[in-house]
Amino acid sequence: MRRFLYELSESWKIAASQMRSNLTRSALTALGVIIGIVAVTLMGTAIGGIQVGFDKSMSIFGDDVLYVGQWPWRKVDDWWNYRDRKKIKTEYADALNRMIAMTPNSNLMIAIPTSSVIRSVKYADSEVSNVLVRGTVSDYIITSTFDFKEGRFFNDLESRGGANVCVVGYDVADALFPSASPIDKSVLINGQPFKIVGVIARQGSFLGLFSLDSIVVMPLPAFQKYFTAKSEADILVKVKDKTKLAEAKDELGGLMRRVRGLPPEKKDDFSINEQQALKSTLDPIKNSIAVAGLFITGLSLFVGAIGIMNITFVSVKERTKEIGTRKALGARRRTILLQFLIESTALCLLGGIIGLGFAFAMCFLIGIAFPSFPTQFSTGLVVISMVVSVMTGLISGFAPAWTASRLDPVTALRYE
Amino acid sequence: MVTSTRPVGPLVIDIENITKDYVMGEETVHALRGVSLQIHKTEYIAIMGPSGSGKSTLMNMLGCLDTPTSGRYEFNGKNVAEMNDDELAAIRNREIGFVFQTFNLLPRSTSLRNVELPLIYAGIDPDTREEMATHVLHEVGLGDRMNHKPNELSGGQRQRVAVARALVNKPSIILADEPTGNLDSKTGEEIMALFEDLYQRGNTIILVTHERDIAVHARRTVHLRDGLIETDHAGFIPELDLVALERP
Ligand SMILES: Nc1ncnc2c1ncn2[C@@H]1O[C@H](COP(=O)(O)OP(=O)(O)O)[C@@H](O)[C@H]1O
Ligand SMILES: [Mg+2]
Repeated sequence: MRRFLYELSESWKIAASQMRSNLTRSALTALGVIIGIVAVTLMGTAIGGIQVGFDKSMSIFGDDVLYVGQWPWRKVDDWWNYRDRKKIKTEYADALNRMIAMTPNSNLMIAIPTSSVIRSVKYADSEVSNVLVRGTVSDYIITSTFDFKEGRFFNDLESRGGANVCVVGYDVADALFPSASPIDKSVLINGQPFKIVGVIARQGSFLGLFSLDSIVVMPLPAFQKYFTAKSEADILVKVKDKTKLAEAKDELGGLMRRVRGLPPEKKDDFSINEQQALKSTLDPIKNSIAVAGLFITGLSLFVGAIGIMNITFVSVKERTKEIGTRKALGARRRTILLQFLIESTALCLLGGIIGLGFAFAMCFLIGIAFPSFPTQFSTGLVVISMVVSVMTGLISGFAPAWTASRLDPVTALRYE
Repeated sequence: MVTSTRPVGPLVIDIENITKDYVMGEETVHALRGVSLQIHKTEYIAIMGPSGSGKSTLMNMLGCLDTPTSGRYEFNGKNVAEMNDDELAAIRNREIGFVFQTFNLLPRSTSLRNVELPLIYAGIDPDTREEMATHVLHEVGLGDRMNHKPNELSGGQRQRVAVARALVNKPSIILADEPTGNLDSKTGEEIMALFEDLYQRGNTIILVTHERDIAVHARRTVHLRDGLIETDHAGFIPELDLVALERP
């Protein structure tokens, strides 16, 4: 063991002096690995970020909330069967709540109606367009996962009375009130003034596709009065125990059939959705993005590895006579093998460390430039990329190092 | 009959009927055709012969760098054919000191580092290594050139570094294959004076050369021709060698 450590440290010294004396070549070779590691690390970071963003986006839906809607949250091949379904109405929520109240040991807690449109929101000379304007009841807060930056949600009284109050998302508040507090200010939507009672804390975007902060929430009666006469809706139902989601879903299905007055022979003409279903629809997409990304960036590392192998072969060729001399002076095969392996590994590790440094800096800069871009730099990634560099060095250096160690001393000495 | 000018030590090298063939495509070169030789400790032998007579082949065999096609080789009483690669490396490291015609120094290392090389393979710790290397460099008269790289040294000095490297592990024998071949005659004589000095201090030396002026320094001369030992005398006999060289 001590002998091995001795050989290791001596080989390291030889490798270090070799790299120093071939600085340009070493640098160029390491560059291949640097690029590979940067690519792999950044991709790993992005995938980590996508994962985190994905989970975060999913958590918006809550894992204890069922969503009653016209459409299922998955790809359907027979969309025409869903298109002609009767719309879901806000009144269903009241009917459901009555039935829940009458059901002993119900798995369901409460049904919340929501109805949404896209509108512009104005304040003074500023305007934000494409804002999701949602009407709902004060109990909506129970099903939601957001926090308040300031203010509060509208109360039961305001909710029932259909007062002209609203809660705004972070982006809306930020755009219309860059410096002052928006609380108690009135914004104009469809020409109607709504007094702001609360600002929702930043929620980010859903899968990076659209902002969850470009939203205004108001009491349902007010919403229906000013935005739509129709009472099309999505109904959110919070369950009591999220471990009994399946039972809750069955129960809700039964209640909805009663609400809709469906005879037993008819199929459901509504869909009950949940976070998990959406997740399992999107998971394979996410995973294939990850695999494809890692594969493509892995290729660049592979190219780097080929570079190392190539350079080690050249190095062995160039130093054939030196290898012969070393053997004549008593170097064993494994000593020669170790020397070249360490050389290629050190080169890769060096490239890996530099690459990681670059990747780290780039992540940092990307984080500053595009705060919404999901990047996730972890210690696990550091460890993995170091292991990958060392493995790359060992694997790509092995063939040339093996060749060197097997060289016949006489042939090597005669080599010119 | 082998005689010597002084009492010799124990048998170091004992080869019997060694042959070496090189197969090159269709052709087979018989580099050695059955060579027998016994070399004792503290001998100083010159191996002579025209170019292509098999001197280097024999030398590589003696130095355990190459294996014979047939024949028996015992080094210090041990059969070389039965040794594995690591044992051969150990023999080359501890028992044999090589001096090459082309010096074969590591170009980017200083004299000191070059001389330390065999000690590294012997697993000697850095401090002792440096001490030993410094000592032999002084012995070969390069005490003031220890931190010079080969390209900062003259040919003679380079060969001195190589000799120091061969000596540093206190080997049983020193094998020098045309050590003066790349040097002018004056520098060559200086190297030969160094070998004489080493011999006087009890080292065993095997010297390959095709130059009579060099061979005269040895105490025993072996003539090779076409892979066979032609003559093997104590001392150097110029007349005989002249005849040997002039033969067609
Ligand atoms: N590796 C080899 N492959 C083929 N032939 C060789 C090899 N080494 C030596 N020979 C041949 O063996 C013979 C003896 O060579 P060598 O021992 O180098 O002679 P010397 O050193 O006396 O000049 C020569 O004919 C040479 O061409
Ligand atoms: Mg020769």
